[in-house]
Formats: sequence, C-alpha cells, structure tokens
Amino acid sequence: MANLTLELELERKKICQIAKNCNLDFFETIFELINYDQISQFASYGGFPVRYPHWRFGMEYEQLSKSYEYGLSKIYEMVINTDPCYAYLMEGNSMMDQKLVMAHVYGHCDFFKNNIWFSKTNRKMMDQMANHATRIRRYIDRYGYETVEKFIDTCLSLENLIDRHSILNSAPSFKPAKNELRESDYTFAVEKSYMQHYINPPAELEKQKQLQIERMRVKTRFPEEPVKDILSFLIQFAPLEEWQQDVLAIIKDESYYFAPQGMTKTMNEGWASYWHSHMMTKHILNDSEIIDFADHHSGTTFMKMGGYNPYKVGIELMRDIEQRWNKGKFGRDWENCDDVRERKNWDKKTGLGRDKIFEVRKIYNDVTFIDEFLTEEFCVKNKMFVYKLDKETNKFVVDTTNFKAIKSQLLFQLANFGQPIIKIEDANFENRGELLLVHSHEGLDLQPNYMDQSMRNLFAIWKRPINLVTMMENEGAMFRFDGKNYTKHNLSDSKDPEMKD
Amino acid sequence: MAIREDQNRFKSIVKGKVREDFKRFVTNGEMIGKREDEFVKIPLPKIDIPTFRFGAKEKEQGVGQGDGDNGQPQQGQGQSGSGQGEAGENPGEHILEVEISLEELAEILGEKLELPNIQPKGSSQMITEKNRYSGIAPVGPEGLRKFKQTYKKALARYISSGAYNPDDPKIVPIRRDYQYRTVKKTQSPHTKAVVIYMMDVSGSMGDEQKEIVRLESFWINTWLKKHYKGLETRFIIHDASAKEVSEDVFFKTSESGGTLISSAYKLCQQIIQTDYPTSDWNIYPFHFSDGDNWSGEDTRLCMQLLKEFFLPNVNVFSYGQVESKYGSGQFLKDLQKEFLDDQRMTLSQIESRDKILDSIKDFLGKGK
Repeated sequence: MANLTLELELERKKICQIAKNCNLDFFETIFELINYDQISQFASYGGFPVRYPHWRFGMEYEQLSKSYEYGLSKIYEMVINTDPCYAYLMEGNSMMDQKLVMAHVYGHCDFFKNNIWFSKTNRKMMDQMANHATRIRRYIDRYGYETVEKFIDTCLSLENLIDRHSILNSAPSFKPAKNELRESDYTFAVEKSYMQHYINPPAELEKQKQLQIERMRVKTRFPEEPVKDILSFLIQFAPLEEWQQDVLAIIKDESYYFAPQGMTKTMNEGWASYWHSHMMTKHILNDSEIIDFADHHSGTTFMKMGGYNPYKVGIELMRDIEQRWNKGKFGRDWENCDDVRERKNWDKKTGLGRDKIFEVRKIYNDVTFIDEFLTEEFCVKNKMFVYKLDKETNKFVVDTTNFKAIKSQLLFQLANFGQPIIKIEDANFENRGELLLVHSHEGLDLQPNYMDQSMRNLFAIWKRPINLVTMMENEGAMFRFDGKNYTKHNLSDSKDPEMKD
Repeated sequence: MAIREDQNRFKSIVKGKVREDFKRFVTNGEMIGKREDEFVKIPLPKIDIPTFRFGAKEKEQGVGQGDGDNGQPQQGQGQSGSGQGEAGENPGEHILEVEISLEELAEILGEKLELPNIQPKGSSQMITEKNRYSGIAPVGPEGLRKFKQTYKKALARYISSGAYNPDDPKIVPIRRDYQYRTVKKTQSPHTKAVVIYMMDVSGSMGDEQKEIVRLESFWINTWLKKHYKGLETRFIIHDASAKEVSEDVFFKTSESGGTLISSAYKLCQQIIQTDYPTSDWNIYPFHFSDGDNWSGEDTRLCMQLLKEFFLPNVNVFSYGQVESKYGSGQFLKDLQKEFLDDQRMTLSQIESRDKILDSIKDFLGKGK
C-alpha cells in the first residue's frame, strides 16, 4: 500500500472496515500522502498524475498553487474514479481532517462503483490519460508545438458538444435518412380499382417515378436524425488529417469520461458527505476532535446567501429521503393527505430509509434526483428561494419562494448540465456540404462573441460554412460563418427555431 | 515537473509573447480576498476558451437558501448559482474559498522599497518603554501562574528522577516547579509616520482608471503596512468636494462628479494640521488622479497649497497620474513645470495596468 504513515495507515484500515460495515461497496482505494505542490498539480490535471501538455493545466495550477500559498484556499481531498480508486491526502492536515477525508472518499468510491451513470466509464482511465499524453507528445514532435496546441484549442472549444445521455448507449452510428421509394409518393390514391388506369396512366406514372427519384436524391438528408453527439460526428465525417482525428477523439474521450461526474455532482457530494458525517460521528471521532469536525463539516456544507452548494443540497436531500422512507412518508396515502398536523406527525415505522438511499445512489442522476425528491416541505424547511438580479440596484434580490419556481430553476440549471443543447440538423445543408446546427432555445440566449468564435473553430474542422439557428433577443435568427464573413439573418416568419425546408 | 511547462506556456500566452490570436480571450479579472483583517485584491489573468454557452442572463437568476422574503436584497454580489458546467466537472475537489494571486504580488512584496527620506521624529525621538508580560519568573502572584510551563518543569523533573510512569502519567507539581509570568521591559525607538491617500473619483476617471489607482494604492498600502509597524493611514476621496473615508470604502467606492483637486488638498492640510504636527510626524501624502482638473484657477490654488504648506511640511509628496481617455492630463504637466527638480515631490505616470509596478518603484524605490 502507498506511502501512508503508520498512524494514518492504521486509521485507514479502521475507516475502511467501518465503511464496509456500513454496506458501502467500493473498489480498492489507494491513498497517497502528498504535499500541497503535488496536490495542486494533480488537481490541475483533473486528478490524474499525467496529462497531455496544454497551457490550461498550467493556468489551473497557477491559480491553485498561488491561492494556497497565500492562504486563500486549500484542497482537502481529491479522488479519481478508476479501479483501484486513487485518493490523495495532503501532508500537514490535521489528523481529524485526514480521517474526515478518508471517510468522505470511501463515500465517493462507493458512488463511483455503483451509480449507473458510471457503469460505462473506463476504469483504467489513469493508463488511458497517460496514453493520450504520449500520443499528443508524439504529434507535437512531428508537427510542432504550436500547430498541435492550436488544434487542441480548437477542439476544446467544441468540447461540450457531446451527448451526455448517450453515456449508457453503445457507440453512435450515423445514417442518412431512409430513401425507400414508396409507390404512394408518386401515385394518386384510387378508391375504385377500375379507375386506376384513368387516374394513374402508366406512361405518366413512369414519368412521375423518375421525377420522384430525382427529387429524393436532392432531398436526402444526412444525418437521418439530428445529432447531439457532435464530436463523434466530426471525428467520423470532418475532413481531418489522421492525427487531427486522433486528437479530437482524445478530447472526446476525456470529455465523456468527466461527463458523469458533472451529471451527479450534487448526489455524489451529498452521498459522500452523508457518509462521512455518519461514520465520523458514530464511529471515528474522539472527544477532542468533535469541535474541529463540526467546524469543518459546517464549513463544507455552508450555503452562502444566494449561493448553491451541492454538498449542502445533496446531504440534506439524502437525509430527507432517509427520514421520509423511515417514516413511510411516501406512496398514495401520503400524497393524498392534506392534513398538516397529520403529515407532521406521520410515522408508519416503515424503516426503509437506508435501503431507499442506497437505491437512490444507484439509479439516479442530479436531474432525476431533484425532480423526484425535492419536495415543497423540503424547500420550506431549508428556506430555499429563487433570486434574480435587480437591474436598478445591481443587487440580487429574492424573487420568489414558490416551490414550483424553485424546482424548475434548479432543474433548468441542471438540465443538460448547464450547457446549451445544440444539434446537427443537416450536414449537407442546401446541398452544399454546409453544416446546419440548431440550438434548442429554452429561455437563454447564447453568448454572442463566444458563439462567433466557436463557429469559427467549427469551421476550422468542418472546412465548409457553418450555420446556426437560434434565438437572439426573442427573434429567431440564423448565424452563418462562411470562412470569411460572419453574418446574421433574421428568421422573421416564426419564433420557432426549427428550420423548415 | 511537466506542469511547469504548462505553467510557463500559460504565462507567456498571457503576456502576449506567443499566440497573438488569444489575446482577446485573456481577461484581467481580480478578486478581493480577506486576509486577517485586510482586504486583498489580487489580479487574476484567465484565458477563456470560447465555447457555445449561455449569455450573461444565466447568471442573473438562481436558487439560493436563507432567510428572505420576496424582494429582499441578498448580501454580496456575483455569488450566483453555480453547480453546473465547469465547476461541476471534478467532484473530488473541494475548495473552501478561491482567490488567486499573481507573481506580481511576490515581486512587489519582495521588492526593496522604502519610504523615502524617513526621519526619526516623534515626541522628540523619545525611546518608548513598554511593559509586556513575556518574561518568566519562579515567583509571582498565583493569578499569573503559567500552567504549561509549570507542567513542563514538573514533567521534566519526573522524567529525570525516573518517577514517570507512561501508563499512569500523573504529574503533581511541587512548589519548585511553579512558573509565573512576569513583566519584561522592552525599549523601542519611536518613529511616527502617516500616509495619506487621496484619490480622484470624478466622472472623468473611468472604471479602468479607478481600478488602476486602487490596485496601486492597495499595493503601496499593503507593502508599507507590512514593513513599517505602527504606520498610520488616512484616506480621502474627492471629486468636486473631498471627504475622508475608511480604508474599506476607499478601495470599493465609485462616484462621479466634477474635479476640484484643491478640495482634497485642503482636507489633507486640515488633517495634518489637527492630527499630525510636523515636528512629531513623518508625513507622506499620495495623490492619484487623471490630471483633469476643473479649472486653471483651481490648479493655481493647488500649486499655492503645495508650495506654501505641503512641501515645507511633508517628507515627500507623491503624485500619480493615470492615463485616461477623457482626461487632459494637464495637472501633471503643471506640476512638472513647477516642481520638476524638487526632491520633496515625486511624480509618476501610470499608463496602464502593466505599469503599476514601475510606478510603485517610482514612488518607493531606493535611492530617492
């Protein structure tokens, strides 16, 4: 086992056993004791010891290490989703902190292993990342630093154009629209069979058939269905050199690797916090550590005015679910009960709480988690609200404490994980090989200057004009970058950003 | 370490040495952190990789928690709901509070700077004697008994006499072990100094100009406070009229209006006359402005004040002028005309953010 001190190793064994007794089920977890500089490095690499060379890791590192050096922030724990799991402890943290981190980490590891959204992740990502690094270094040697770096920047600009829900599916395949020639497309419906020759004379029929074939050749749409997994599509169909294809594939792989972590942030942190709190207070802490623990724990789950803390929302929801299922506050009787007092004293002694939260951690992600378990009572109890920016005073004000509004706001923030939904509608737009993208507008405009640049980057890969249909200031608009000029056409006819052809 | 490569690459991109195409995505943000009792404002360059993302509106709305009714304002700004996107990618990381600093901080703090021309002053060079309970004596009143020291002594006695039993580590101190706090006299020569910051917050100073002034005065203030114990500071902001403000307000305020520089000088004069007799104090006024004074009349008044009151009475008068689109920058030229060779006046021009460090060196660099 790694380089833990004897004291820490003894604690680790103890905590590992306690975690197992709590029915947590995790891959072997290897703890490494490292100093702040190493932890800053690993953290800037997303937890991995080796990544491909890129300045943005340097940027992260600069920020993390500087803010640590000036005492402004501190990373307590880091764990990566691999088998075995690797987790890092920082030298010089107090014993209580280390124990807390270990307990927390076992919570994460259990979540990684059992949550369904992680079921398809590559558990050997450590090797994979090192592999990526080697490949990119090789390209750098061959094509030059700046060339490769520029291309990586271009790819990173499109990094979020993946289909997060396809994580559980197998590799996507893109097909052109089915092109079967149907008789009904060029014949007229005939009620009585004896009218057939009159309505559809054979000579005319043949002519119509040829016309239809011609029409279909023009109209063939590709891809058949709008494509959300734009990165995979580009890898397959964009006119890229082999190394570029590979780089794009690397970016895509890593993007998909991190996606489930973004999709389950609230649950994952809630779950780990739930367990560290349970294990620490019930089994691990000694008397002298309790104050420090309470201090640290409340620091972690503290929700700033007007802030959203996934740790806080996660752990409170987990506890709420446990409590509800313990008391039988679910099902039809509960839903139909309107009596406030009865609801308050509701206790059917079902005792299913623990089982329920284990089930929850297995099959939910943040969106379904909030959708299903955020209740009005929970919002009231936790004093949740929706805030808005008051333009006049430039201050955030409480907009409403209405339950529905809170829920829809939260879900909106989480839906597609805070990213706009953009799909490839047509890869042969206007029959000129242009790309047509459609942004499903759900109330928020895209940021114009970033959109402009991202389209340029997309052009650099697709090498044909890029068109994007979206809404800007309540008007449907099509933006177009043709390699030289960036233009905007208003789609005056409708508010619906769908293109009709 | 491989990360150093990436770090250096990032730094050279930010400095614009390579990749010109990236320059427009470099943002010069800064953050205010709180260290101990002081606010720390740290510049933080970042490069944003452009992606398809939501516009500013997204940040205008979110879910929060706490007491509050409809319409009630929230504390703080910009702490909008996150938990999506970038922030959510790495669940393993857990950061308590993030504020970032730059190498400039280290550079400035490490720089050999000094308050120029500082003289031993203050209650006629009196040596102050301070009583501090930092000594230890074997006798004293029970109220001042130091438990820890007493325990240590007793423990040492137990161990050396072989009476210590690790399984039953009971220690009973005897009279001989008792230790007490006692007064220790410390002597220190006294030099008193006051720094008075004046900032032009008039309408002609754009956000960028104010920011530069704040950054510069902040760094000067931080550095001086660190190196001169007991340094007093006063803060004045002015547009057409001047008022004294707290440090906190000075670094945060934004106002607008016309500019009458003399108003600040008058207030500064008043502060000096009432609180800081020149015989006892080293006095360092700093004034920052875009140099766009309202009228020649007022400028003449300023010159008069400088000549007749400030220069004879203060150690050094420092004037920093930040370049502005709207300002004429005339004031600096006027000062140069009058006082170019005067040792008691330091002038500095701050063209942009990047020149802040140079300007600080102008003011506090050694060899003035």
